[in-house]
Parts: sequence; C-alpha cells; structure tokens
Amino acid sequence: MTSAVRKLRAMTGVYYALMVEYRAEIVLWAVSTSLPLIMMGVWVQAGASGDFKLDATQMARYFIAVFLIRQLSVVWVIHDFEWQVVSGRLSPLLLQPIDPAWRFVLMHVGEQLSRLPIVLVLTALCFSLYPAALWGDAQTPGWWTPSLWQVVLAVVGCYCAFVLRFLMQYSFAMGAFWFERVAASHNLIFLPYLFLSGIVIPLEELPPWAFDVVMWTPFPYMVWFPATILADGEAPYVKGFAVIAVWVIVLWIVNRLLWRAGLKHYSAMGA
Amino acid sequence: MTRHLRITRLFWSASIAAEMEYRSNFVLTFVTSAMMLGGAVLTLAVLFQHDYQMGGWTWPQALMVVAIYTILDGFQQTFLAPNRTRITELVREGTLDFVLLKPIDSQFWLSVYKISIWGLPNLVLGVAMLIYAGMRTRPPLDAGDYALGLPMIVLGVAILYALGYMLSTLTVWFIKMNNITYAMAALLEAGRYPIPAYPLPYRVFFTFVLPVAFMTTVPAQTMLGMSGSAVWIVGSLGVAVVMLIAARLFWRFALRYYTSASS
Repeated sequence: MTSAVRKLRAMTGVYYALMVEYRAEIVLWAVSTSLPLIMMGVWVQAGASGDFKLDATQMARYFIAVFLIRQLSVVWVIHDFEWQVVSGRLSPLLLQPIDPAWRFVLMHVGEQLSRLPIVLVLTALCFSLYPAALWGDAQTPGWWTPSLWQVVLAVVGCYCAFVLRFLMQYSFAMGAFWFERVAASHNLIFLPYLFLSGIVIPLEELPPWAFDVVMWTPFPYMVWFPATILADGEAPYVKGFAVIAVWVIVLWIVNRLLWRAGLKHYSAMGA
Repeated sequence: MTRHLRITRLFWSASIAAEMEYRSNFVLTFVTSAMMLGGAVLTLAVLFQHDYQMGGWTWPQALMVVAIYTILDGFQQTFLAPNRTRITELVREGTLDFVLLKPIDSQFWLSVYKISIWGLPNLVLGVAMLIYAGMRTRPPLDAGDYALGLPMIVLGVAILYALGYMLSTLTVWFIKMNNITYAMAALLEAGRYPIPAYPLPYRVFFTFVLPVAFMTTVPAQTMLGMSGSAVWIVGSLGVAVVMLIAARLFWRFALRYYTSASS
C-alpha cells in the first residue's frame, strides 16, 4: 500500500512540474473554456424576464459554478492516447509494472493542481460580470455562502464528474487500437456532453419530460449535478449518486473489455 | 490580378486533391456539423419555450443568427483555419523564408495556399437553415432582403479573416500560438445568439473589443430591415476596412522582426 501511495505521489509530482512549465499556455486553455461565461450572459438576461424557473441571480450563480466545475474536470486523454498508440510510444509503457491508465489519470491530476491558482483568480473575475451573484438581489436575497456540506458534496460530485468523463473518453480512446484517427470522432460524444451536461442549458429549464429522460444519461452528472449542489444546494442527491455509481461500473467494465481486446490488436513498433 | 486568380485555382485544386484521400471522414464531419447545429437549435428552443424573446428577437429571427454563424463557421473551416495553422508551422520551422523569397505578395500566398473541404457541411446546413428561417419570419424574406444581407456577411468574413490573420502574425514573436486560436474561437461562440440578447457589458465587449456583433447580428438585422440598421451597416464597413488595413500593416511590421531559421 505505502509503495503504491509513493508511486502515485511521485508521478503526480512529475506531471505537476511538467505542467507548471507551460503556465502561460494554461491561462489560454482556461480562457478557451469561457463558454459558460458567454452562456451566463444569455441566461442572466433571460432569467431577468421572470419567464424561467431560475431568476437572474440564480442563473449567474449556476454558471459561475459551472465554470468552476468545468475547470476542475477537464479531460483530454483521447488526444494523448491516440498519439501514444499511433506513434508506438505505448509500447515502453506496457513494460512498466503499472497500468498506463494511471499515468493518464495522474497527468490530469497534475494539470488540475497547476491550474488551481489560475482557476481561483478567474472565478473571482467571474463575479465582476455579475456582482449581485455574490450578495443577492430582491428576488434572491442573501449572500452566496455555500455551507460546508454543500462544498464537500460539490467537491465529491466534481471528482465523480471527472471520473465519469475520464472513463467515457478513455473508453472511446480505445478505438485508437483499431482506427488510429479516433480523436476526430470524439465529437460524437463531446457534442451530447456539451448540450446535455448543463454547460449551455441549465437543465431544470428543459421541459419536465426531457429533464427526466436526460437525468438517466451520464451527462448531467458531468457538470449540472455538482454545479447545482454548489449554486443551490437542492439536487436529487440519492438518485444522483446512484446513477453515477451505475454508470461508473458500466463504463469501467466496458473500458477493461476494450482495453484487453485492443491490446491483442495492437501492432505498433516493437509490439 | 489574373495571375493571382490562376495561382489560387492551382493551390485549391491541389489541396482538394490531397484531402480527397480522407473522404470517409466526410460523413463524420457532416454528422458532427448537424449535431452542432441541432444543439444550437435545441438551446434556442428552450429559451423560446415561454413568452421570452431574446433582446426583442423572435424565434425565426434568432434562428437566422444561428444560421449565419454556421455559415461563417463553415467558411472559416474551409478557407481561414487551414492557412492559419500553416503560418504557425512555417514560422516555427523557419520555412517561411521560402515563401518570402517567392515573387508574389507573402500575405496573399499565406492566405490562399490551402483550402479544406471539411467546412462544406456547415456551409450547406447554414444556408439551408437561413432559407428555412427566412420563410418563417413575418413578412417572409425575399430575394432583395438576401441581396442586402449578403454584402454584410462578406464584411463579417473580412473581419473574421483580419482578426485571424493578426493573431497568426503574433507567431513571429510567440512561437506557440495554437492556444490563442482556441481562446478566440471560444469567445466567437457568442455570435451564435443575437447580441441584444446579452447584458450591457457583454454587448459593449462584443461590439467594440471583439467585433462579434458585426459578424452575425448585423447581417441578420440588415436582412430583416430592422430600424437603425443604417448606422450598423456603416459601422460594419468601417470596422472591416480598418481591420483589413491593420492586419496588412501589422504583417509588414512583424516581418521586420522575423528572424529566419538560419540567422
């Protein structure tokens, strides 16, 4: 156990150091995830009309939470994995006594750590777009002070979101064993994620039947669920974590099956 | 001028021939473009399900903005993005020297060298959507309205080109610029919705700082003959001319700082 912990710490440290080298780039990456802030403008204006379930302040809080969750659950494993497979760099990794999947996971964790200070600054800046999100207004009075359990659950939810996205993308990435150029087809799952996860539409504004259907898919738990916990505190907790658990198990099994089948098929340099 | 046209035709037929090698990707690109447009329409449908009208725009009017965004997106995938990526490569590898030595204007060469067919689905879907939305507005748009709007779309493309070219020019100083392109693309997403649908600070930013308003909202406004369009038409022309000149001057300025591979 201690040796496993030591390995994890060492690898996280290495990837953290690697990422910090490209600090300036990380700022740009953070800006390129500014979609929630654009959508915040559209929805705050819509919320102010009073025609929607959320009012302007609630919209602003929701999208600031979305921005934060998005920053901490960025997953790009498919691009890395494709490159490793196509260039044959996966071969030496297979010789090591540790599953390459851990390497990819820790690379993401290292990047998240290096991103953290920038994320905090950017989130603070978000409030300048709609300051009332902080101290409330006539419709939603009171400061936005998430309670301790809200924060704890949101952090747990955020990491569930990361695990779900990672498993989904990593399973899709296994296609690289057969098709080589798999990152281009990644849009087939990225676009449903974009529109059904709550980045673009606060899901409670969907018609009730559509909301019920979407809640059985893994997408809302990748953004909407943790963001709603943080912004509002009212979320279907039991059902939420249950659905997450089922999807994690399903995707895990799919991933392992594809990994084994893929390795048999793998025929890059030296394999 | 005819020489430029002839060279452009040669470049384009060569790049189309090269891309035809991967034509199985075409189906995939079409599906992705359709999904993207579908998602944008879904978002609008959710916004319009009650009485709310974004910034006073009706459902078909807002669809027109999405359609124009899709057309511009297709245009930039076809003509602008492939060349932008290429400029970055040329500068990084120092092979820009060969372009500068050629007896033709370097900006021209760099702007028309490549085209990609992957933007076609977006162009087709965008035009189809624009025609559909145009039939649904009251009164429906006629040929004259489209004829008025078309020059505005061209100006939008010109602004997009100038903006992209200036960003690519920055590669001369900062080698790794791909991420800036991503960051800009993310901000341009704002053009999917009519600018009056945003709160005031956003409107100011997307008009005066990053001129997204002139790319999608103004062409739609012009086609719809909305009141006060004249000011925006003049504004659009002004922004396009200023930015094209700025892109030109900036490129000439940057070349003085270009240290080629060997020096």
